Amino acid sequence: MEQSTAPATPPERTRIVLAEVARRSGDHDRARADLAEQTRVGDALLRGLMRAQLALALRLAVVVGIGLGALPLLFAVAPTTGSVKFLGVNLPWLLLGVAAFPFLVAVGFTYVYLAERNEQDFIAVVRRPER
Amino acid sequence: MDNPYVVPAIVAVTLATVAIGFYGLRLARTTSDFLVASRTVSPTWNAAAIGGEYLSAASFLGIAGLILKYGVDVLWYPVGFAAGYLALLLFVAAPLRRSGAFTLPDFCEVRLHSRRLRKLATAFVVFIGWLYLVPQLQGAGLTLSTVTGAPYFLGALLVGAVVTANVALGGMRAITFVQAFQYWLKLTALAVPAMFLILHWQADGRPQVAAADGLTFPRDTVVVVEDRAVLTLPDGSSREVTPGEELSFSAGDQVPKVSSVDASNGLDWLLPGDESGDRGLFATYSLILATFLGTMGLPHVLVRFYTNPDGSAARRTTLVVLALVGLFYLLPTLYGVLGRVYTPQLLLTGRTDAVVLLLPGEAVGSGVLGQLLAALVAAGAFAAFLSSSSGLLTSVAGVISTDVLAHASDRGPGQRGSVRDFRVAAMVAGIVPVALALNVASLDVSQVVGLAFAVAASSFCPLLVLGIWWRGLTDAGAAAGVLAGGGAAVGAVLITVVGPPLSGWPATLVAQPAAWTVPLAFAVMVAVSMATRRRTPADVSTTMLRLHAPESLRL
Repeated sequence: MEQSTAPATPPERTRIVLAEVARRSGDHDRARADLAEQTRVGDALLRGLMRAQLALALRLAVVVGIGLGALPLLFAVAPTTGSVKFLGVNLPWLLLGVAAFPFLVAVGFTYVYLAERNEQDFIAVVRRPER
Repeated sequence: MDNPYVVPAIVAVTLATVAIGFYGLRLARTTSDFLVASRTVSPTWNAAAIGGEYLSAASFLGIAGLILKYGVDVLWYPVGFAAGYLALLLFVAAPLRRSGAFTLPDFCEVRLHSRRLRKLATAFVVFIGWLYLVPQLQGAGLTLSTVTGAPYFLGALLVGAVVTANVALGGMRAITFVQAFQYWLKLTALAVPAMFLILHWQADGRPQVAAADGLTFPRDTVVVVEDRAVLTLPDGSSREVTPGEELSFSAGDQVPKVSSVDASNGLDWLLPGDESGDRGLFATYSLILATFLGTMGLPHVLVRFYTNPDGSAARRTTLVVLALVGLFYLLPTLYGVLGRVYTPQLLLTGRTDAVVLLLPGEAVGSGVLGQLLAALVAAGAFAAFLSSSSGLLTSVAGVISTDVLAHASDRGPGQRGSVRDFRVAAMVAGIVPVALALNVASLDVSQVVGLAFAVAASSFCPLLVLGIWWRGLTDAGAAAGVLAGGGAAVGAVLITVVGPPLSGWPATLVAQPAAWTVPLAFAVMVAVSMATRRRTPADVSTTMLRLHAPESLRL
């Protein structure tokens, strides 16, 4: 996959073990071949993965968009929310100065967990033996 | 200020940076080691390095200064600077790593195979890099003159020279260790004095930070006037002052309002929104858009993703960065707020960027403890200038060496350049911003950095997001979108820096352009791509497979 190496360095050595070659080219690896050769099946698999990942990212972006993005509007429409005090601190200071950061990290953590799971599902489909 | 610890602290940080750089140089044996650290950097080191590189003068000094001046409305800066990493994580991190692109121009080549687009991207990388470098160097000049009284040019020159030499000699491997060290140094430099500040504030009986009847001086203070201005005194009378005049106030006096300093007071400072109504709301959303979407287009951030071993590691690294950066941003707010109590004189001079530097000494006192804390903060500020400038310089030098110098030699474009090319490029990339910083009139640090985010958000953000998620993107569409959105943002930057002062809506649209330039870039990119559908790259499916399929499949 590396498109760029210094011209001076020799190509990397690859160790080829016959057993691995045999395993790799078995019939149960049909889906992987579909992907690599971009057959219609392979294309559908890839589109499915992309759609799942994009939908996940967009959903979480909407969560942040509403959770944080609505705040300036809220403060503008209902200025009284700005004077609400919690633990002796005005709500906007608490939300923007402190709470926003753990919120962002939590959304990020959720994304990493779910995105990895999407990829595991994809790998499972691709690796599933032909029945 | 006579503080015997400041100069040794700054010298120690600079020497440590250089020493770690040389240590890294000894380890770097091949071109690949030199340029991309051979990808043997672990996610935690890498995340600390990204954090170290990212937290610049704007984060370390600028945010606290803005909060001191404007209050709750500017809390969107730290939130946006952190949230940018979430946008990067959601839409870009893993696919970008899987593309194998080292720089943004590389990504254009991988995805759209267009030489011309690559050149355009190179131009934008260099522009954003230099736009971001100038305020770093200016911040260095300001810091050195604030804490030691040295002339302004010395700090800019010192940081410029150290960084250029370090990047040219050490390369990326060295830089990774330096940057990771700088992150922890910056966090410590704000966190330790912050603890003393809070203890001191408690011991003082928790003086109010936003008294409705205005701020008062905590002690006898003498302020030297720098600009001609009109003071509005607490009793309602006003008085004109001239540069050089000394104003003395005694403890408990109210802080007068100064016509030359635009700052919020009383409830206006404490509560969101301001008198400008719709324009204020527009500016806030524009700032949110620029910072949320601009981070992914910053050249020095993207370069780091290549040092992750695979896409999943890139995701984990980004998450750790988000946590580290978020942790850091809890601190500047505290400095800005306590600055209201202990350094109100900065609101008279307008040099609020210095609040982080002066607050420990002013609050804790001029004893040994106060001096040590002040020295620690000054060292942290220097770490901020050194690390951000190093990262920016590495990435600007990277694109110059691969896209400009490699064209000139016979290796052909896009080939990874030699170490010597990289060194030459680093010299060129370093000299230009130093020259600019020494000559350009003083600009507001945070404002310029905000504009750099706006340019990145309106040029590279649409390119990356559409390039990664939409098969229909064409080279013509990408170029048109970057030129329209990015070009408009660059125009706004130039008007802000050299143009005439504006007022009303034009001022808002130019000072915070992202809310119209980002949608413009996306719209033009999609529309032109649809119109030039025949130019869609033939291998788009292969590219998409490479961007999105997990590496463990080994396709």
